[in-house]
Amino acid sequence: PVPSLLPGEKRPTLTSPQPPSSRPPCLLLVQVSKNYRSVIRACMEDMHQAAISTRDSALQSQYSIQVSILSAMELIWNLCEILFVEAAPAGPLLLRLLDWVQLHICDVDNMVREVLSSENPSKHKLFWNVVDIFVLQGRMDEARHLLSKEAIANPTSMNMYKILDDLMKKMPVPSLGNTQTLTEMELKWQHWHEECQRYLQDGTFASNSHMESICKILLGDENAILEKKELMTTWYHFLVTRLLYSHPTVKPMELRFYAQSSMDMFLGEESSPEPLDTILMAAFEFELHQVIKECSVALSNWWFVAHLTDLLDHCKLLQSHNLYFGSNMREFLLLEYASGLFSHPSLWQLGVDYFDHCPEYGRVYLELHIERIPLNTEQKALKVLRICEQRQMHEQVRSICKIMAMKALRNNRLGSALSWSIRAKDAAFATLISDRFLKDYCERGCFSDLDLIDNLGPSMLLSDRLTFLGKYREFHRLYGEKRFSEAARLLLMLMTAHIAPCSFWMTLLTDALPLLEQKEVIFSAEQTYELMRCLEDLTAGKLNRQKFQDDDVETMKVEMLRLALARNLARVIVKEGTLEGS
Amino acid sequence: MEEVCARFVSQKISKARWRPLPAAALQPPDLFATGSWDNEDNRVSVWSVGDVGSAGLNGEYQGEPQLLCDIRHNGDVMDMQFLDQERIVVASSTGSVTIFRHHQNNQTLSASHRWENAHYHADQYTACGGAACTGVICNNPEIVTVGEDGRINLFRADQKDAVRTIDNADSSTLHAVTFLRTTEILTVNSIGQLKIWDFRQQRNEPAQIFSLTGDRVPLHCVDRHPSQQHIVATGGQDGMLSIWDIRQGTMPVSLLNAHEAEMWEVHFHPSNPDHLFTCSEDGSLWHWDTSTDVSEKPSFLHQGGRSTAYISHSTINQSVVSAWLSNDPTKDRMEITNLIPNQTLSVNTLDVLGPCLVYGTDAEAIYVNRQLFA
Repeated sequence: PVPSLLPGEKRPTLTSPQPPSSRPPCLLLVQVSKNYRSVIRACMEDMHQAAISTRDSALQSQYSIQVSILSAMELIWNLCEILFVEAAPAGPLLLRLLDWVQLHICDVDNMVREVLSSENPSKHKLFWNVVDIFVLQGRMDEARHLLSKEAIANPTSMNMYKILDDLMKKMPVPSLGNTQTLTEMELKWQHWHEECQRYLQDGTFASNSHMESICKILLGDENAILEKKELMTTWYHFLVTRLLYSHPTVKPMELRFYAQSSMDMFLGEESSPEPLDTILMAAFEFELHQVIKECSVALSNWWFVAHLTDLLDHCKLLQSHNLYFGSNMREFLLLEYASGLFSHPSLWQLGVDYFDHCPEYGRVYLELHIERIPLNTEQKALKVLRICEQRQMHEQVRSICKIMAMKALRNNRLGSALSWSIRAKDAAFATLISDRFLKDYCERGCFSDLDLIDNLGPSMLLSDRLTFLGKYREFHRLYGEKRFSEAARLLLMLMTAHIAPCSFWMTLLTDALPLLEQKEVIFSAEQTYELMRCLEDLTAGKLNRQKFQDDDVETMKVEMLRLALARNLARVIVKEGTLEGS
Repeated sequence: MEEVCARFVSQKISKARWRPLPAAALQPPDLFATGSWDNEDNRVSVWSVGDVGSAGLNGEYQGEPQLLCDIRHNGDVMDMQFLDQERIVVASSTGSVTIFRHHQNNQTLSASHRWENAHYHADQYTACGGAACTGVICNNPEIVTVGEDGRINLFRADQKDAVRTIDNADSSTLHAVTFLRTTEILTVNSIGQLKIWDFRQQRNEPAQIFSLTGDRVPLHCVDRHPSQQHIVATGGQDGMLSIWDIRQGTMPVSLLNAHEAEMWEVHFHPSNPDHLFTCSEDGSLWHWDTSTDVSEKPSFLHQGGRSTAYISHSTINQSVVSAWLSNDPTKDRMEITNLIPNQTLSVNTLDVLGPCLVYGTDAEAIYVNRQLFA
């Protein structure tokens, strides 16, 4: 029951930031990348809160693991943003990497707080650790601030302090703007480096080992830096510190050499790289595909890989080499992720959006997935249908409506079934429903669900059978209202226009009986002839099929009909032959 | 510019309702309940919104809804209504209707009563399957529910069994229900019919049936004008808003083409009935405003000192007749505004009370606007 905040919260910024065709400016993509990261951080925060507030230790460890995974994700993403999305050039690259390192080594802040809040910071046992870490992370101002406290407390080292402070102040750093070119910066740095070298060789700091090691760090002495391994905790911190003090104008493409050697030096012989290390190394080597591959393997969640790939694809960094099943990597990963969403009970709506952004296979995947969403209420079915209709997925609309209509039919909800078949414009199903109604009528002698049949309106025209049903009911209504001649006309029309199915003709003719037996003559001669013709058609057809089956009731009915028709004919001929009132 | 506070919750919101204010209350509502749907674990939650204008610790505007308490709910929340200040009736997709009690003192929710099989399909081949209960309306202590099984139930809050059940009231799904008078209800169904049912009559037939002209588009929501009880508004599957006058005719008085997809809820504002709100699957929430300003009548009506008094009297008369029933909404002033600047997923629910509007979406967010008429 780990809260699945991850997929849900991503909603506002996910999927393709721009549709595949347009060319968004770099800045926009950096912003998008920052958004993603802030979302990861928000998740981390929530997970952290959950971890500290829960009492169940198993749950707590689970949450803590999640938090560490999320922080690793953010670390990787941040590095990718610096190297790939922003593509920081030499100069700013180092500054970005410094920021990156500062952001992710958080033990420092606790230590710093502890030292600063103590009464006598310079006497604190961690004092020099803090100064060192500031230097290692290039936070010169803060280091100098702390050192000044030491200088005040220890006036004897005032001279040394002044020199060190001066060196630190003068250290050239790459600027973000265009105020100096790289060559200028390199010259200045070289000059400064030599000055530091001189002071060290003169033995200026010989009496204070701490200050001496700081000076060595400033000179980029790898051994001196490596001594502070515990403070740096990771090889990539070591890498950045090394670069800061030995090659601040490093170019992106040169990173790989430093990265490999840094990792080797830091880890030494004992430990082997962990998955995170491999991923970061691949990033430093600018092997994008390797990064994605390693991330896919290491992380169980497709979210990270799918979105990162999508972002990189928008930076036009992924060569679209076709995978052997035909789509490119970005689309493949998005499809995988979206398919995963569909297996979640409520995230299918998000999945639809993802599929929309996959130009090649998205639609096919969507068509297959959308039919398989479990529909437990009509409202959910309506939402799914709306999605299908918006994308002109007519097959799916028909299929879903048919499923819902069948369900309704099985539950004896004939009105619902009809409304589903109207939505799908499914004439065949409407015919099925009408047959059901008619069957009910034949069995019970009355209509069920009159509210439906009486109010069919234009939907009556969906299927012939439905039209017949509506008209037949109208006939009954007319009869009930004693509008006999209209009823008679309607009845005849139902048969002659072949709206009525043949199986129903007997019933219709039987319905005509009471009209024939009325005191007043209703059917005209023409109409009576028509009726007789219908009867003959019916019996002729029957005779051929049922030669040896003698149904008494049937034959009696036919005889009664013949008699009634003959009598009516007689009366009507007389009536029509009589001159109208003279 | 209205202040809308959004709150992202990791569940899709199907219903949101303001807690009703006590009769003589002057302050705006400060508490609302929401229900979720489509999760394995759905919840009914109660939220509070701070006072408008109160500064937080940092002086920021603190309007974001705060979760007070929530409780697990079995099945999707299909409809929800406050029975009184403390009790909420919730209709579930499993066919059960539950009364939850909100305990103010320790901010918890508990289920105080449940009618387990309020709605079900009686299948001759298998055991009774649950049918979703799609609508619930309360008039303390009576509760009326309708469902996909076409059944209407009348419950009383303190009684275990239904007071009255109309089986097979409708052959199609009943989507929504509302009270017309204390003993009469209005229902809408999926074949485009609006029916009046009178509980004083013993027979199980509707007292009156109204239907749409043209295609029988399913109707999803219904609401009655708060003061003029013959005016009824319904929303359909094609997003059309229909206004009916139930004193006359069987067809709607006006049909207004509104949304592009199903209209899920329609509400007259309870104290300003010239304002109507609708929300839809297409992600928009519309505010329909027919309140006309007397001073803006064309000048030729003001013909002189003597008749001015008469004219203003007649214009007052006219507004009582209600702009909703006028045949040409384009001629009279009706302002329609979409309150959502960037639409994404469906707005499933809305509720208005006083100056406050709350709405919930499928994008797993709740929005509150506490200065609706500012």
